[in-house]
Amino acid sequence: MFYSQKHLLQIEGLHPPEIGHLLDLAESYVLLNRSGKAQRDLLRGRTLINLFFEDSTRTRTSFELAGKRLGADVINMSVSTSSVNKGETLLDTAATLNAMQCDLLVVRHGQSGAPRLLAEKVDAAVINAGDGTHEHPTQALLDALTIKRRKGRIAGLTVAICGDIAHSRVARSNIHLLATLGAHVRVVGPPTLVPPEAALWGTEVFHDMAQALKGADIVMMLRLQRERMSRGPVPSEREYFRFWGLDFEKLAAAKPDALVMHPGPMNRGVEIDSAVADDPRRSVIREQVEMGVAVRMAVLDTLSRGPGRNAI
Amino acid sequence: MQSDTLFTGVRIVADGVDLHGDLLVRDGTIADFGPSLGRPDGAAVVHEDGAVLCPGLVDIRVALGEPGFEYRETIVSACAAASAGGITTLAALPDSEPAIDDPALVHMLITRGRETGAVTILPYGAATTGCRGEALAEIGLLREAGAVAFTDGARAIASSGLMRLVLSYARGFGARIVQHPEDPSLARGGSATEGELAARLGLPAIPAAAEAILIARDIALARLTGGAVHFAHVSTYDGLELIRRAKADGLAVTCDTAPPYFDLNENGIGDYRTYAKLSPPLRREDDRLAVLAGLADGTIDAIASDHQPRDADDKRLPFAQASAGGVGLATLLAVTLAHVHNGELSLSAAIALLTSRPAALMGIESGRIAKGAPGDLCLFHPDRIWQVRAGSLPGKAQNTPFDGRALEGTVLGTWKAGRRVYAGTAPV
Repeated sequence: MFYSQKHLLQIEGLHPPEIGHLLDLAESYVLLNRSGKAQRDLLRGRTLINLFFEDSTRTRTSFELAGKRLGADVINMSVSTSSVNKGETLLDTAATLNAMQCDLLVVRHGQSGAPRLLAEKVDAAVINAGDGTHEHPTQALLDALTIKRRKGRIAGLTVAICGDIAHSRVARSNIHLLATLGAHVRVVGPPTLVPPEAALWGTEVFHDMAQALKGADIVMMLRLQRERMSRGPVPSEREYFRFWGLDFEKLAAAKPDALVMHPGPMNRGVEIDSAVADDPRRSVIREQVEMGVAVRMAVLDTLSRGPGRNAI
Repeated sequence: MQSDTLFTGVRIVADGVDLHGDLLVRDGTIADFGPSLGRPDGAAVVHEDGAVLCPGLVDIRVALGEPGFEYRETIVSACAAASAGGITTLAALPDSEPAIDDPALVHMLITRGRETGAVTILPYGAATTGCRGEALAEIGLLREAGAVAFTDGARAIASSGLMRLVLSYARGFGARIVQHPEDPSLARGGSATEGELAARLGLPAIPAAAEAILIARDIALARLTGGAVHFAHVSTYDGLELIRRAKADGLAVTCDTAPPYFDLNENGIGDYRTYAKLSPPLRREDDRLAVLAGLADGTIDAIASDHQPRDADDKRLPFAQASAGGVGLATLLAVTLAHVHNGELSLSAAIALLTSRPAALMGIESGRIAKGAPGDLCLFHPDRIWQVRAGSLPGKAQNTPFDGRALEGTVLGTWKAGRRVYAGTAPV
């Protein structure tokens, strides 16, 4: 099986074998990580740059750890976007990175499409670590790995993605990935946060949690950005929690063994009740973090081999 | 145990019903009706030659004055006026002080209505916090508490972006948004409809287009969001044409009008009569005729009083400075009947516009005559004459635009859940 691309910019357009390759490789890294073996030297002498135009702790740390476990030289660059014209900065940055002979470039940017623009200008393989409200491909891969390990499969499962679909890059990547692998994907949230066009991406659109969760195998919660909680598409935190926050009452509509996921960081009492988030029988939120490192190791491994040269 | 009430020898008129006969109310609901019923022991018998019995009126646009403006009207005085007007259910506007934007206030209005024993109050919830037109209100929680629909009352939701959010968000709860269709940037400071009369009187004016502009915009937003929009007190030809077309397109668009807009025209303001200063303002004669046509062809879904109580001091001011709004509870039926008498509307269509059709808009069971339906009834004499006189109207506020008008059609009695809550001045 081959991963045919130079970069990982989005899930949309990936074929099932490409996704399958990344998930299988990630699975092997889960076992390796758990065995506590020392750093491998797969990426020795390679340079991985974490270029984050938006604040992030967990994703950046996860990539950093993944790179170090594979023996790469990891450099973190945080770039303030407030002062300079963004387009110019981005291209200037690309030139700088080329001069540094960066091999792997992990990019998070507040603007949708920014990683693609960079990918056109740099020599490195570019990994999108979240761009605007477009995609967050490694999050979808780690979510898929979590589901696959717990449920043994993805095809045929019913997955309800809940909350702010409209502004979520996590939602878009997950919708594409899960639909590509044959899951039944539902999206649910207030109409102000669910684009009606989601129906065109092979999902079923709901506005009522009880209906959306009925018979679901996986309940995937999304983070509601604070700035949207009032004076925007949602009137208040208490109303959001009442109708779309996941508590045990709403979760009761899902299958008895349904798993609860959240990409973090959570707004407890807004999109998810602590009792659900912290219930080890239902919540796999901490497991998602562990899978994140393995998935990113698989992605770095694969892309470091160059396009079409990654048979395993 | 409440005693039965038997209406005998009356004309019974409701949506789908028009017969001469009897109607029996037992245990608060309509037990039976037909050409001739037996007379159960102990039943109170009500008979009046030539009287019409119809469902209690459902008035979907009432400002109660309370909370916040008790010097104008209170829930008790408004409900007394409603009963005298044959109204047994009313929808209360939320632009009070405080605005009805918290579930506790919705509960309060429902409870206070229940306490009157005479009128069911259906609270509107605020569409935006404080009815200020800035941020989405807690439509879901308000709906759960019992709010029937959402509006900012006499304030238009001006921002297109916010109106889009409101329509879209409310759709998730199956809730209708009621709009005061008037572009505020065209209406600001205006006190009469734009035209020769306002120009001659030297009054700041509001063009009729202010209505059509907002209606056109909101129809486009209803199409975009799939939301349901209801236009209150529609008063212009152009506005009605837009609504007619939207309905033909199958959009969730509805509307009501109020008696002043089909009974009076701009000349009602005469020599600066502030009681005839309304919002929207009284229109030109061709607009009045268009409203009548809209009632006759079904484009307009309901007639509502648009009761806006004002204190004498609110009105005793130069015209442009006086507060806009008129009372309408006591005159809702009789002014409508005037247009039945002159042949512009059938009696059954008029009654439907005052009962079953507004009830359907609010999603309630009232407003009809059927076995098992609530015993909410209005008995009126269609020909008995009275004169509207500010100062002697039921209720507290007296600011009627119909002052001095002679009307044919007198409410003889009103029953709420089988209990008589109003007995007309004439003996029954």
